[in-house]
Amino acid sequence: MSTSKAAPAVSAHSVVEPSPRTKRIAGALVILYALITLVPLVWIFLTSIKSPPDSISYPPKILFTPSLEGYCNLFTTRTRQTPDYIAALPPPSGVCDAVTRERNMVIAGPSNFLPRFANSLIIAFGSTFLAVSLGTLAAYGFSRFKVPLADDLLFFILSTRMMPPIAVAIPIYLMYRQLGLSDTALGMMLLYTAVNVSLAVWLLKGFIDEIPREYEEAAMIDGYTRLQAFFKVVLPQATTGIAATAIFCLIFAWNEYAFASLLTSGSAQTAPPFIPTIIGEGGQDWPAVAAGTTIFLVPILVFTILLRKQLLRGITFGAVRK
Amino acid sequence: MAEIRVDHLRKAFGEFVAVQDSSFTVEDGEFLALLGPSGCGKTTTLRMIAGLELPTGGAIHLGGEDVTYKRASERDIAFVFQLFALYPHMNVRRNIGFPLLSQGVPKAEIKRRVEETAKLLQIDHILDRPVSGLAGGDRQRVALGRAIVRRPKCFLMDEPLGTLDAEFRDVMVRELRELHNRIHATTVYVTHDQIEAMAMADKIAVMNHGIIEQFATPREIYNRPASMYVADFIGSPPMNFLRFTAGLPKGARIARIDGADVQMPELRADVAEGELALGVRPEHIRFSDTSPLRGAIYGAEYLGTNQIVTVETAGGLVRARLPAERSYRIGDRVGLAFVADRLSLFDCRSGRAVPSVLHEGVLARDTRHREMRDLEAHHG
Repeated sequence: MSTSKAAPAVSAHSVVEPSPRTKRIAGALVILYALITLVPLVWIFLTSIKSPPDSISYPPKILFTPSLEGYCNLFTTRTRQTPDYIAALPPPSGVCDAVTRERNMVIAGPSNFLPRFANSLIIAFGSTFLAVSLGTLAAYGFSRFKVPLADDLLFFILSTRMMPPIAVAIPIYLMYRQLGLSDTALGMMLLYTAVNVSLAVWLLKGFIDEIPREYEEAAMIDGYTRLQAFFKVVLPQATTGIAATAIFCLIFAWNEYAFASLLTSGSAQTAPPFIPTIIGEGGQDWPAVAAGTTIFLVPILVFTILLRKQLLRGITFGAVRK
Repeated sequence: MAEIRVDHLRKAFGEFVAVQDSSFTVEDGEFLALLGPSGCGKTTTLRMIAGLELPTGGAIHLGGEDVTYKRASERDIAFVFQLFALYPHMNVRRNIGFPLLSQGVPKAEIKRRVEETAKLLQIDHILDRPVSGLAGGDRQRVALGRAIVRRPKCFLMDEPLGTLDAEFRDVMVRELRELHNRIHATTVYVTHDQIEAMAMADKIAVMNHGIIEQFATPREIYNRPASMYVADFIGSPPMNFLRFTAGLPKGARIARIDGADVQMPELRADVAEGELALGVRPEHIRFSDTSPLRGAIYGAEYLGTNQIVTVETAGGLVRARLPAERSYRIGDRVGLAFVADRLSLFDCRSGRAVPSVLHEGVLARDTRHREMRDLEAHHG
């Protein structure tokens, strides 16, 4: 053991490159941190595959028989029936059918979860697209043109985030009622865009400032208009910034609860206010709530993983020597 | 290719005047270097020709067409940036072909012309590489390729060799000049490096504080500098100035410096009493025991082929370029003799050269050029 260790350990590790020991300690710390942050997520997932009695047992159960009841309850509405009625039914057509019948219930129809989930997708992605598009154009304008009172305008844009958005909930509620935007997907999209666009402008301005003007100037001399230069040369280089900004905007719009519960109740309701309202018999149906939460986490997870490359790649400024 | 004519061009950024009243003509196929220190207005002048800045006043003609306020994209020029500005998200081939794409050139034609250009620049083996991994010289060649592929009216280059290391710069200087000899493109080349300018340019415009101090061939600028600024900026070591106070009549051939008579080219104008400076290039000095102008050796730098010997005189330090064979001891008294017909006399108040036999024609040249042209235009 000592032979394998002695020679390299003493001699060469560069000043910049951390030593193997440092790397191991750092790795252990990262794993520890990841484990701690993963505990709630793991707990939610475990709850989603527990049966309702297991989910509320005390002390909590670490070992249990997995059940799909939570997912079944999430996607369906059920009615209670007599055992005789259930016994007289034809054999169950699927897992959920069987699980439900064990509880002396039959499936009455689909729940509202899917439409609410779809609302969340439309509103969150729609508002993210709007906020990032508007933010990119505004940031480019602030970065490249002499905008009168640019600093004041930028401060004004930022100032919209200086109070918690919910502070203006009542005025917005009244305004939306007057405008007929209450409980509409468009209304929610506009609202989230308005909140996010300030963040987008500020984040993206930083990224676009970093892109040397020479690229656009070169493109304009190469015969392109400024707008063409923007799309062909600036945008491809701003992808990292755009991806990062999009993730921030999406996370906000996706998770937003307060406005959603205030302004939506029916057709435009998003998943966050819906999930906690899933009621089972004799109290909250925790496995169904956990199942809803688990599914709710998936899109943002996928989105982040998809854009992770863009986030990590870093801007290749290599072609311009600084 | 086309002629570039710049007329009374002016650019102010608020209070600050970057370029004041510049006029010059780059003839068809000519290579002009705009030379000066940073902040002298040379890059601003170039950017105005390119259409990246709009002038505050004056006019720019490209091939006879007034383009003063036209967009850069409508001027049909090519620009090589100091940092090359190769599009990082495209490979070499797409970078070079990018200007053709905007003109709607068919794909096969783009491919053919990109490959032809790459061959000319000897970069055909890296066409499909990303630009981010390229070495400095190859980047430079790709930037040049992007410029010449379109066969524009003229090339504008903004210190394109500024970021290369010294050794490689020499190679590129040679390549650029060879390229120019082959394709005869009207070129404006901005640099602060006098050696680049001297080695490549047909004409040099020396700029300072937004003013063109002299516009002439490299030889003329070196041998007959129009001002003390030009004399000092060009040459390494720069021209020596022996300061003295006198008034000289037209026809004078002798300047009296520190009690010694120094021969110089015959003056063509009267000079009022005041501080004057006799300009002497280091290589026009030799040591002569009989010379009445004396000094003491102050130091010597051995350069192999020759040496630069610094002599302390009453008029200040003088640096002489002498053969390398002899070595000198610091403190030794020597006499200085000059090559009389190569000396310039400057008026220190204005900084301008006093007209003499040597300078005949230099100062008036540009204005005369313009008058001739106006005259021709009149008759035409």
